Amino acid sequence: MSTSTEKLEREEKLEGIGCSRKRKEDPRFIQGKGNYVDDVKLPGTLFADIVRSPYAHARIKSINKDKALAVPGVHAVLTAADLKPLNLHWMPTLAGDVQAVLADEKVHFQYQEVAVVIADNRYIAADAVDLVEVEYEALPVLVDPHKAMDADAPILREDIKEKADDGKGAHKHPNHIFTWEVGDDEATTQAFNAADVVVTEKMYYPRVHPSPLETCGCVASFDKVKSHLTLYITSQAPHIVRTVVSLLSGIPESKVRVISPDIGGGFGNKVGVYPGYVTAIVASIVLGRPVKWIEDRMEHLSTTAWARDYHMTGALAADKEGRIKALRVNVLADHGAFNSHAQPTKWPAGLFSICTGSYDIPVAHAKVEGVYTNKAPGGVAYRCSFRVTEAVYVIERMMDILAQKLGIDKAEIRRRNFVKPEQFPYHTALGWELDSGDYPKALQKVLEAVDYDGLRREQQEKRARGELMGIGLVTFTEIVGAGPSKACDILGVGMFESAEIRVHPTGSVVARMGTLSTGQGHQTTYAQIIATELGLPSEDIQIEEGDTDTAPYGLGTYGSRSTPVGGAATAMAARKIRDKAARIAAHLLEVSADDLDWEVDRFKVKGVPGQEKTMKEVAWAAYNNVPDGMEMGLEATNYYDPPNFTYPFGAYLCVIDIDKCTGEAKVRRFYALDDCGTRINPMIIEGQIHGGLTEGFAVAMGQQMPFDEQGNLLGNTFMDYFIPTFVETPFWETDYTVTPSPHHPLGAKGVAESPHVGSIPCFTSAIVDAFSHLGVTHMDMPHNAYRVWRKIHELGLDKHE
Amino acid sequence: MTKKHISFQLNGRPVDALVEPRELLVHVIREQLGLTGTHIGCETSHCGACTIDLNGDSVKACTVLAMQADGGDVMTVEGLADNGALHPLQEAFMQEHGLQCGFCTPGMLIRAYRFLKKNPNPSDEEIRTGMSGNLCRCTGYQNIIKAVKAAAEKMQSA
Repeated sequence: MSTSTEKLEREEKLEGIGCSRKRKEDPRFIQGKGNYVDDVKLPGTLFADIVRSPYAHARIKSINKDKALAVPGVHAVLTAADLKPLNLHWMPTLAGDVQAVLADEKVHFQYQEVAVVIADNRYIAADAVDLVEVEYEALPVLVDPHKAMDADAPILREDIKEKADDGKGAHKHPNHIFTWEVGDDEATTQAFNAADVVVTEKMYYPRVHPSPLETCGCVASFDKVKSHLTLYITSQAPHIVRTVVSLLSGIPESKVRVISPDIGGGFGNKVGVYPGYVTAIVASIVLGRPVKWIEDRMEHLSTTAWARDYHMTGALAADKEGRIKALRVNVLADHGAFNSHAQPTKWPAGLFSICTGSYDIPVAHAKVEGVYTNKAPGGVAYRCSFRVTEAVYVIERMMDILAQKLGIDKAEIRRRNFVKPEQFPYHTALGWELDSGDYPKALQKVLEAVDYDGLRREQQEKRARGELMGIGLVTFTEIVGAGPSKACDILGVGMFESAEIRVHPTGSVVARMGTLSTGQGHQTTYAQIIATELGLPSEDIQIEEGDTDTAPYGLGTYGSRSTPVGGAATAMAARKIRDKAARIAAHLLEVSADDLDWEVDRFKVKGVPGQEKTMKEVAWAAYNNVPDGMEMGLEATNYYDPPNFTYPFGAYLCVIDIDKCTGEAKVRRFYALDDCGTRINPMIIEGQIHGGLTEGFAVAMGQQMPFDEQGNLLGNTFMDYFIPTFVETPFWETDYTVTPSPHHPLGAKGVAESPHVGSIPCFTSAIVDAFSHLGVTHMDMPHNAYRVWRKIHELGLDKHE
Repeated sequence: MTKKHISFQLNGRPVDALVEPRELLVHVIREQLGLTGTHIGCETSHCGACTIDLNGDSVKACTVLAMQADGGDVMTVEGLADNGALHPLQEAFMQEHGLQCGFCTPGMLIRAYRFLKKNPNPSDEEIRTGMSGNLCRCTGYQNIIKAVKAAAEKMQSA
């Protein structure tokens, strides 16, 4: 009979769910053997480089390619006129709009793609880019989204100005993209009218850029003989890219192979299809040779998908005790020149309606209005689920502001309004069903860990001495794991996820998924799920993703959907295999499958010690000795359509000391407690949280993409755009609680984006808290030293007595 | 453009290349000499993904001309392991989860290699300063600091 120690040993050998297994990806990365897109080297490859507009809004009067074409080694210079006969000068966006591949008659934002040069190498291509002569006629520029719908605003999109309705409601103005409303407007107004207390605050969530360390790029290789296209691409969603490429080019999907090799970070930036990809594909088809396009950092920051740019007004109605009666949020969303943000089709403002947060709010109304401006297109989810960061920011800011107004502590106001553990599943006023949570427990654990009361006492003393110290607090709830196909699709494809698992005769496994790791360690964690479900060691389980010829169709990795959706598909496929294995084991042991118990890695006959078959033995039998009428083999596929989203949550606390002379804010302490349900690999979870907090720190403290009045982007290099280094980055303390998701097969919820979503309002909360005793209720990001110093100066705090 | 002949030591082996005078060292290493472990992240020497070791110093190969390496001694991430045995830094990055997407990792490793040569027993603060020319978007640096420290300890006791 197996002792519990022996059982535990067997379990440990599997390296399954819950263990901090070292990453399977690492050996190649630490030896310089990763395979990123710029490492792909095909014989005869040509290089593409792009001619970009210096103007934000201008008519193209002429393009002269002659000098560029005369450079030895230049093979082609393509413009919109060349793409027009192929109907490839415009492409569809993920949001149902169109975007110019190469500027068609006019440019709509600075650095827009105007022409592409194809040459023998990148040096020659860059030389020739300088020689393409483009004559522009400058047009009035629209930079401020508040002026987008003015009667005298310049009309940006002449291509669609006749289109009164594109399925997202009537257009109020040619620069109006959509108005999206959710909730009960009338009941919200009534609640506000009847409330004891109302707080309102305007806040701007700046335009920021995900900026993964690897820029975007691709290698397109069209085989004329086979009419087959292979595309190596930095994409978080290779299968959707294949569908888009097929629809655009007319090449059947079966003859398009998209390979996402190792990806040097994505953070939402590598979901969409960019003009550079399309031009490389066209060039390869036209020239019959592989074409590589790799953008530089400035191109990346200037033209690829940015995030946020939400002008928000939040309002809360409450009673005297601070119990919330209603929430209202209005947003003006700057979408840039083309509506190409990445959202499930039915959600023009993504999942922004999660803005009721972790709180029991009886009635709410949210309205988001999107407009065009002369800026690059974007609006993607930068390390968050679709528009969730904005939603969490507005509600968490408003909670602080309500607390301040009523003179209630910000921990207490949250406690009073939390959705209580016994209320789950909880239906929010804006239509979501929160799956599970224990918010009071999470908050309490954090307050105790940092000695919150002690911090408040210290702050009192410091304030008495005239020093600036702020305590930030956030108790966020995210919505991730998009999503149920009835609610979510991209270009009509439901947002399911897939896994295909094959157990070989010797018990080793190859499994393929439709997601794509961009650093999250899928090769490690998916293997852990299979190891636990099938009782086969992780070490023998090979995970593959990113090749559309071999992997099953999936929607990709973003919005923390790999574990909630892909992980569920993996578990479900493994369970199909275990069911079949049980029937084979029963056959081998000459009992009924009902007489078997599953224990770690084997099937045991109930009540008969020693009568057992390991999964490894069953795997062998699956290929030579199966019950009559059963198909041979041991493999399964699952396409998982989740019944609901998952709702990870957390409680974060931040302590900041501000230098009154310089405005520099030093993060003294940051304590992050996350609850992502069942934890697959704690080491990886902690790493994801460190990374997300650091990206949150970047956004809160320094990132922004400013434009001047002419639409010139003023921060598009790493000199200007803030990426925290080792020196600025704070030390992170992490903690957790575990509240499993009731509807996920493993109880897991997803985690990588929570720290980004949760930390940003926490930094703002701390910065504002340092000034809150002086009546300051809100300060817009970024909280860089200059902006904080300006507040200090405005309040006269830098004056010597 | 007229090409020039250069030769240098690359990871302990002599190599030759025919290069344009304007050609960047990182392109020659990656494209002519076929070692793609050294990455390009910004082309303006801010991010450090292209960090290599040139004549005993950490340099950013995206802003060094190949000509400047003529007659020099270059080491890239591919030269860290010794006959298949991983360098303590490589081991430590794996053990401490000091990498995620892996794009910054070769530059981090090769910078840490030189940093530890110059400061074999660094404090956390010294690591933060000494490594500050290398950016990472995934890890938040904390585990990289742990890894560099762990490697330093291992190398000290070896």
